[in-house]
Formats: sequence, structure tokens, C-alpha cells
Amino acid sequence: MSKRTLRFLCPNGHLGFAPIQTESFYLGVATNPDVILADSGSDDIGPGPLGADTSTSPRAWQAHDLEHMLLASRKLGVPMIIGSAGDTGTNSRVDLYVGMIREIAARHHLASFKLGYFYSEVPKESLRRNMEGGETIEGLDGRPALTPQELEATDRIVAMAGIHPYTELLDRGADVIIGGRGSDCVIFAGPAIRAGYPEALSYYLGKVLECASFNAEPYAGKETVIGEISMEDVQLTAMHPAQRCTVASVAGHAMYERSNPFFEYVLGGMLDMRQCRYEQVDEKTTRVTGPVFVPARDLRVKLEGAGKVGERYVGIAGVRDPYTVANIDRVIGWARQQVRARLGDSGYELYYHVYGKNGVMGDLEPLKDAPGHELGIVVYGIAPEAALAEEVCMMGTRQMFYARLPEVKGTAGGVAFPLDEVMRASPAYRWTVNHTMRVRDPLELFPLHLVDVGMPAAARRG
Amino acid sequence: MAKLSTLAKTVRSKNAGVDKITFDVIFRDRETYERVKQSGAITRASVARLYRIPETRISDFVAFDPACAIKFTIYRDRPSGSPGDTDIFGAQQYAPLLDIEVPLK
Repeated sequence: MSKRTLRFLCPNGHLGFAPIQTESFYLGVATNPDVILADSGSDDIGPGPLGADTSTSPRAWQAHDLEHMLLASRKLGVPMIIGSAGDTGTNSRVDLYVGMIREIAARHHLASFKLGYFYSEVPKESLRRNMEGGETIEGLDGRPALTPQELEATDRIVAMAGIHPYTELLDRGADVIIGGRGSDCVIFAGPAIRAGYPEALSYYLGKVLECASFNAEPYAGKETVIGEISMEDVQLTAMHPAQRCTVASVAGHAMYERSNPFFEYVLGGMLDMRQCRYEQVDEKTTRVTGPVFVPARDLRVKLEGAGKVGERYVGIAGVRDPYTVANIDRVIGWARQQVRARLGDSGYELYYHVYGKNGVMGDLEPLKDAPGHELGIVVYGIAPEAALAEEVCMMGTRQMFYARLPEVKGTAGGVAFPLDEVMRASPAYRWTVNHTMRVRDPLELFPLHLVDVGMPAAARRG
Repeated sequence: MAKLSTLAKTVRSKNAGVDKITFDVIFRDRETYERVKQSGAITRASVARLYRIPETRISDFVAFDPACAIKFTIYRDRPSGSPGDTDIFGAQQYAPLLDIEVPLK
């Protein structure tokens, strides 16, 4: 190993979702980091983008971050790595980012560099063959094993890569890597492990650095943090002048958006954080030691899949009459019954979210029997065909107007409409796959590509 | 007695994958954290009662000493963003925790 430590610069925990704040990014760049990297994916955004193969992030914001990162990486001559391209890490999102990298390189006349990328989509057909061959696609988080029916209902599946595509592409000489779907932490762990640092510290570095400034305080998103790994520890330093990485903020982040703060699972093993020790090193830096990596006996890759439920329309209504507020369940019951009378019991879905009662929390709401003085009701109609979804939503919304409440004083309309229409929304999807599949080779689902980008030296001189 | 909202620095909820929501209650100092932990006001049973769910819907419940935090995770009644879901990020499910009354000796 040529250096005693390796320093990682992370400006964004979900590249594209909101643009990076450039002040702290360039303060970080000025410290000469060894790698510049960010994850760009999340399953927080719901199943729609994966199912429909779109991004939830605007293209301009994706390009903004890629441009700052690419120019800094080329100027410093250090690798740039992006994981889970374009929110979902599907093949089209990888191609989108690869295209942006080419375009940015051309626009800035960048010197030639090697761009590595890999795909993560798993064809339904290959999963079906595996299942027919007797392989069990095991459910996560209490889900049953994947059934042929659920597979059939799925539009698109991605596999979560481990470190392997990243280390392999770096071995082949990649200067810039655009990854398909993968675990957040592996973009950091890959280069660290490849450089000879312990697996446990390498994965831990990724675990606490992948959301950038969410591991610092006071709370601020999209600010740059530097993570430094040595053979003995990981140190996190906030780059924003007003932010600090403290024991509380770093430890607090280790448990962020995970069911359990002690264990992190990746393709190839599990990071055990039960013995982690946190120490404040200076005002802006916290040091962590003690994580343990437990290699997996079986290689099981996590799969994410989304399937379309139907076309979707949305309607809105309000209620102010206290008697109607108190009897809102009967109003909705009437409207539902009218939809059933016209369209039958099945072939569509109809949902009511009653804001002011339990619109945010549904059945988890402890105060659902103490509604506010006015209610806002959002109605969703979903059906395979747009025309039916529209009719379900329109009838489900408008029939609240005609609800028959015996004691109501107002007899000219039971609800208020801010708009006398229903609006077409994006199609409804659901997560059909949250499962794991056995693989023999950690690279087998992730085809690798390496291309030359930028201008050869001769052309630049010309 | 004191409300949890006055004792905790952070009370938050967030998706933990697509099938679960996780709740973090983080304290500013170790002393407050230990007092709340010892009080028995926040337990697997008490949060199950508060959210009116069976304890089997709580997948994890841990005290996380390094962060002075109590953390628990519940299974969603439907995956995030599915038809009928009201909170795609699971970000607004923590509010009932704020009003938990903690008996302090």
C-alpha cells in the first residue's frame, strides 16, 4: 500500500434528488481526496420509478452533480464512482449517466479517461428458469418466497451489487465508474478493500459516509463530508464550515433508515457494528474503531422488483359541517357503495385518505377518533384501463356530495370540491420483489463494460 | 413526569427498506437517555399499545448506547408507495411518540 490512509470525498447521499451544495464540495476537493464518490439510488422513492423505468430526480440536477464531480476528479486525477445510477440503477439509468459523462467530457474537452460501467437488471426469464430449476427466491422482511404469480406481476427487477463490479472495473483501469443498482456502502468499500484496508473498516466507512452530511450536525443535506480510512480506524470530517461530525451524529447515522443499528447486510457478508467505539478527535472529526465483518457462507444477492397495478386518478374533497365530519366513514361508505353498484366489487381499487382524521397515519393513528374541524379527503381510483380508473375516482369523489346522512342540516351538497374534476396521476406500482437469490459468482448478474471517453492528447493539442 | 418531546433531541421515523418503518428517539446527553431507558415508558409493549399494533409487528427494539438512542422498527401494513400507502418515506409516523409521558424519579 502506497499511502497510510485513503481519503474519500462524498458530497451527496442521493445524487440527483437535490443538487449538491458546492461550497463545502470545493473545500473538500481542496484537501486532495483520493476518491470522489456518491450513491445515486434509493428505494425510498417508492416502486414507481423502478416499475416505469424513470428517474424521480430531474435530469438537470443529475447533470449538475456529475459535472462538478467529474471535473474535480479529472483535475485531481483520482477515481470518481457513482452507485445506483438515476435513482433505480436500471440499465436505462446507467446509460443515461454514461451519456451525461460523455457529454460533459466533450463539452469541457477533457483528456481521455477510462469509463467503466455495469448493469444490474435481472431478466424475469432468468429468474423464472432459476425457480423452475428448484431455486427458492427467499423473501426478506417477513415476505414469503417469490411465487410465479408475483414474478409474472413484476415489470422490472434489479439486483443489489456488492463491491465486486467496482473492484473489478478498478482493476481493469477505470477512472470513472457508473454503477447499476448496488448496496450504498459498496462504492466506498470496494476501493478501500482493493487498496488493502480491512473489510470491516471498509464497509463501515461506506455505511456512515453514504449519506454525506447526514452524519454531521447541525442537520443539513447535500454537504460534503470526508471519510478517511487507515488500517486501524475510520475518521469522518465535515467540510461545511458550520457542520461537525460528532460522536452523536456519526453513531446516530449508523442507525439511520435501518431496522437495526448493529447489522448491515451486503452481498458476501454482514457488518457487525455491536462493538463499534466512537471518539471525538477534534471539533469536526469523529473516529470509529471496532466493526467486525462476517463473511457469508452462501452468496445471496438482494433483488428489488416493482410491478404495475394500474392507471391512477386522484380526486379531492373537503368537509366543514361538524355532523358530516363526525360521520365521515358513513359518507365514504355511501360513495363506495355507489361505485360497487355501478362497477361491481372487483377490477379496480378505490382508496380514501382523510386528512384531519388519519390521512397521514391510517390505522396507526391514535387520534383518529378526534378529527379536526375540517377534513380534506384525497380519493384514488386505480384500474387497468385509464377510462375505468377515471370513472372509479370520479364516482368515488362525486358521490360523497350525495351522501345520505339522516340528520344533516345541509342538503345542497355533502362535501366541498376545490376542483370539480379528477386528475390523472402517474400509474400505480407496488413492490413485488424484496427477496434474495443464491448466486455462485458475485459478478454473474452484473455485466461489466469499459470504454474510452474524452479526447486523446494529440487531438487536444490540435 | 415529562413529555418525551421535551427530553429527546431527535424523534424521527423513516423507511427501513420497502416493508418496514423505523423509529429513532435520540437524546442529547447520556444521563437523560439512561433515565428514560430506566423509566420503562418506552418499551416494545408501550409502543405497541400506542400504535395499537400487536407486538409481533415490531421487528426490532433496541437501546443503542453509542448514539444515546432508543430505536424500534415495525412492519408496514403495505409496502411503501403501494396503492393506499399514505407515507412513501415513512417520515411522519413518529408524532404520537412526542406525547409519551415519562415518569422521572
